Amino acid sequence: MTQSRAAQASATATQSSPNDLAVAGAWTARGLGAVGVQLDALVFGAGTTVRFDASGVEALDTAGAWVLHQLLARARGTAASATLQGLRPQWERLLQAVTQHVQDQSGEPVPAAIPAPGAVERIGRSAQTSWEQAHAMLGFVGESASALGGCIAHPARMRWRPILFNIRRAGFDALPIVGLLSFLLGIVVAYQGADQLRQYGANIFVADLVGLSMLREFAPLITAIIVAGRSGSAFAAQIGTMAVTEEIDAMRTIGIAPMELLVLPKIIALVIALPLLTVFADVLGVAGGMLMAQSQLDVGYGEFLDRMAQAVSVTSYAVGIGKAPVFAVIISVVGCFQGFRTKGGADSVGQQTTRSVVQSIFLVIVADALFSIAFSLLDL
Amino acid sequence: MTSAPSNTEAVIAMRQVGTRFGDHVVHAGLDLEVRRGEIFAVIGGSGSGKSTLLREMILLQKPSEGTIQVLGVALEDIADDAALALRQRWGVMFQHGGLFGSLTVLENIGLPLREHTDLADPLIDEIAHWKLSMAGLKAEVASQYPSELSGGMMKRASLARALALDPELLFLDEPTAGLDPDSAAGVDTLVRTLRDLYGLTIVMITHDLDLLWQVADRVAVLAEGKVQATGSMDELSRTDNPLVRPFFDGPRARGAQQQAQAPQPTQEPAWKPK
Repeated sequence: MTQSRAAQASATATQSSPNDLAVAGAWTARGLGAVGVQLDALVFGAGTTVRFDASGVEALDTAGAWVLHQLLARARGTAASATLQGLRPQWERLLQAVTQHVQDQSGEPVPAAIPAPGAVERIGRSAQTSWEQAHAMLGFVGESASALGGCIAHPARMRWRPILFNIRRAGFDALPIVGLLSFLLGIVVAYQGADQLRQYGANIFVADLVGLSMLREFAPLITAIIVAGRSGSAFAAQIGTMAVTEEIDAMRTIGIAPMELLVLPKIIALVIALPLLTVFADVLGVAGGMLMAQSQLDVGYGEFLDRMAQAVSVTSYAVGIGKAPVFAVIISVVGCFQGFRTKGGADSVGQQTTRSVVQSIFLVIVADALFSIAFSLLDL
Repeated sequence: MTSAPSNTEAVIAMRQVGTRFGDHVVHAGLDLEVRRGEIFAVIGGSGSGKSTLLREMILLQKPSEGTIQVLGVALEDIADDAALALRQRWGVMFQHGGLFGSLTVLENIGLPLREHTDLADPLIDEIAHWKLSMAGLKAEVASQYPSELSGGMMKRASLARALALDPELLFLDEPTAGLDPDSAAGVDTLVRTLRDLYGLTIVMITHDLDLLWQVADRVAVLAEGKVQATGSMDELSRTDNPLVRPFFDGPRARGAQQQAQAPQPTQEPAWKPK
């Protein structure tokens, strides 16, 4: 029993001779902190009787009883015997409970601690995990594809409402942030180029610079990265939480395929929304560049647009937009996949969400690099 | 049935407590008193405000009006350090455990000790092992994570954590809900052992009629925002209040009552960790 006021005091142990130990004060979890080291250093006389005087103990709780019991056991180990005197009767039972527990415990083997893995084992384990994950990911892609095939064969199974909902969430709601960031990106590109171009008197080429870089590369990439951070994480967190709260299992038992209700609508919605967002980013990015061109390089809006129409082919525009659906598939599949891999609790949801964002941004950039190589080989 | 405690000092005193969420009135003029050393149960239908009452007792929620005193400390306008000191004097077992998913069971149990005492780590682990077996869990559970436990084990681990700092007051939220009958019976004896061994005051919210009949010293029936009646189950079973009757009429209630009032078999087997 803890006495609140006594708990403020601390425990003491005074050894007047190797055979006499006076314990006093508050032998409680909070009172014991000060004497821990002191107790470890105690040496008891060998082959004699050690007397513990506990009449000064003002409070005793389970932690105190445990330490006292261990101390008695240690004294009994070196001395012939050890006796405890003066403990208030109400705490006798507590001490008995410790003795009982230690006896029960000694019967059953203490489970051996698993040794910490070495460096090689850790590398091996993480390699195996990565391999398993890649394997599972491939399986998930296959599952999504077959679900999509099923829905195309039976269009009635297509769930339009979640598709429209996801288009609004991942697409329409992202318009302000995508617009603002690509506008700023356009400004940055024009601004950085302005100095160089002015040196050669090639001010008008700012339209080439902004037009080509925004339309081909920056707009699709920045849009994909924003959407991966915004919606990919949301997909993973939503599905992950549903997995933790057994909603996914419930869905399966009711006979609704989670693939059809949760995954396909997200993929389809993003495949529709991301190219549209990219077009929006194109427009705002070029607008940002135009603003800078006019203020820094004295290239008027009309001139800029005339030059851009000559410099930027429709192919460049289409190449930029064409990448968007691929990015959309990557983001939505990775997000959903990581969501489904959630196991356990809140911790796992956070972990999988982080993974989904990191992996989808990584894969988007890798895919972009591959596109660049492919397009240069094709002379596009 | 356990004998009524002789000490009548109030551990929890609630006076004229009112709670409103917007227009929704949960409690209105509620009075409640829990005495030291007793096992006190709060019962009531769904939505009768039992959980809100518990949350108000453990400083998770403020009532709209009225006063609450716990362990002699008034809870309204309590200072942060006073609240911290008070929180170390009680333990709470949550309905779904409330265990931290990123820590093992042993780390969960040792957390309050690590946080609030200067004890050495190996000692904390030993004490946590003891609390674990006190709550009736096997030693191998210690290194597992909460997600690997069954519902019943999670409750026991949560109880072990609530006991970590040797609280004076223990709150149990639905201690037997979701347990198999055998485990639930284990909880009955466990609750009584804890009270007898450590002189704990125990406040529980429960629907378990067996638990109520077997271990509760006093029971408060909550309905329509007020405590309708307080007393031992025997006393309550004789009242005519239509809001109290449902807990005593009906086949399940009668079964539990008959079982409790039947002559007790020989000495209850000593409670042993499973």
